[in-house]
Amino acid sequence: MTDLWDGLSRAFWLVATLDAELSEIALRSLQVSLGALLVGSAIALPLAALLAVRRFRARRAVIAVLNALMGLPPVVVGLVVYVLLSRSGPFGVLGLLFTPTAMVIAQVIIIVPLIASIAHQSLRDLWAEYHDLLISMNVTQTQKIATLLWDARRALLTASLAGFGRAIGEVGAIMIVGGNIDHATRVLTTAIALETGKGDFALALALGFILIALAIFVNLTIHWLGRTEREGRW
Amino acid sequence: MSDMFPLSVKGAKTSRRGKVLVGPVDLELDGQGTCVVIGPNGAGKTSLLRLLHGAARLNSGQINWACSTEAAHHDQTFVFQRPVMLRRSVEDNLIYPLRMRGMARKQAKALAADWAERVGLQDMLRRPAPVLSGGEQQKLALARALIVAPKLVFLDEPCASLDGRAMREIEEILQEARAGGTRLILSTHDMGQAKRLADTVVFMFQGQVHEHSPAEPFFAQPETSRAAAFLRGDIVE
Repeated sequence: MTDLWDGLSRAFWLVATLDAELSEIALRSLQVSLGALLVGSAIALPLAALLAVRRFRARRAVIAVLNALMGLPPVVVGLVVYVLLSRSGPFGVLGLLFTPTAMVIAQVIIIVPLIASIAHQSLRDLWAEYHDLLISMNVTQTQKIATLLWDARRALLTASLAGFGRAIGEVGAIMIVGGNIDHATRVLTTAIALETGKGDFALALALGFILIALAIFVNLTIHWLGRTEREGRW
Repeated sequence: MSDMFPLSVKGAKTSRRGKVLVGPVDLELDGQGTCVVIGPNGAGKTSLLRLLHGAARLNSGQINWACSTEAAHHDQTFVFQRPVMLRRSVEDNLIYPLRMRGMARKQAKALAADWAERVGLQDMLRRPAPVLSGGEQQKLALARALIVAPKLVFLDEPCASLDGRAMREIEEILQEARAGGTRLILSTHDMGQAKRLADTVVFMFQGQVHEHSPAEPFFAQPETSRAAAFLRGDIVE
């Protein structure tokens, strides 16, 4: 129990003194996870809309697979990305292994199925509502997708934030592809794993509390920017 | 005036999961006035409208417009029994079909303001459409259907579950559109409304067009006994 209190006070002092190393890894955590959030949403949301409006043979199978991949084990994703990006791998020439970019790539793979599945749920419901009208108006496929994405934007925000939550708390994949290199690829989660290994529980806990605070802060900011729960019904 | 008419329907049939909803239907429609589709529940009024509009699958037979089917679809709109509101403001609902057809935002907004005024929604342009009352939603749906200046508008029981005042307002808008040369094909349950609006009447029964005739003789003396019974208010099954 004393460890918890030590952790809390340590966290307080780290934040209060604006510890340089802490700011660096916290900022990197944010950069990597927000990067993954942006790229992941850019892929997952249009994909979800396409799955909602388009009827093709493999549609059900794709949705089932996406749902299943929500539980994709990060360690395995990290391993696969590692193999692909390693010197001898197909993308080795890019020299991306052990860089923040590699971490973003791994996180994108982890969160795309999650965002797409959640987004698809709400887009499917909205499409059921809009179907007759948009068919009647003869709008093109692209226009349908744009309309759905825009009108469901608040539900999609929730989907994206779920993805962000998974990304910022994730350690298995980025540990493997990033390598937890000081001043290069160390982020909050990998630092926690390291400090725990070293037995410095207070510091590990402090970092943990800061991670949670950061996640809450980002969520609140995005909700505030998106003005959810303020106007209308949706 | 419109070049999409006459519309000629030959043996058109639509079915769903093996059950025939409408047809085979033979129908000739020319390009003027209001055609009212009446008949008991489940007679296929909605399905007929959807079939003509191209929203229901044509399983057999033909629907021939005087122009190409594509051009015909471009010039027609559909108002649903339960209005579909985009989760946007009233104004954004109004400009939506115009924007989808490539009109500039500014021009579309001017037109939207004009139409909002015509249907009496000018004070609600900023309100989210899904929170409007039933009558307001239907008026918005009507304005959204008419704003693209279609040559033909399908209306599927547009006044179902609306009170007298909302119904009168909607009928006024419809009469105005008709006077402007827009062809209206409307299904209704309300015999009073049918009599007020109809130039011609299509009487549907069990998925078939039983009678298609000018309104006056139809209401005075229907040709078939079923239509007569229906007009008398008997339950026809």
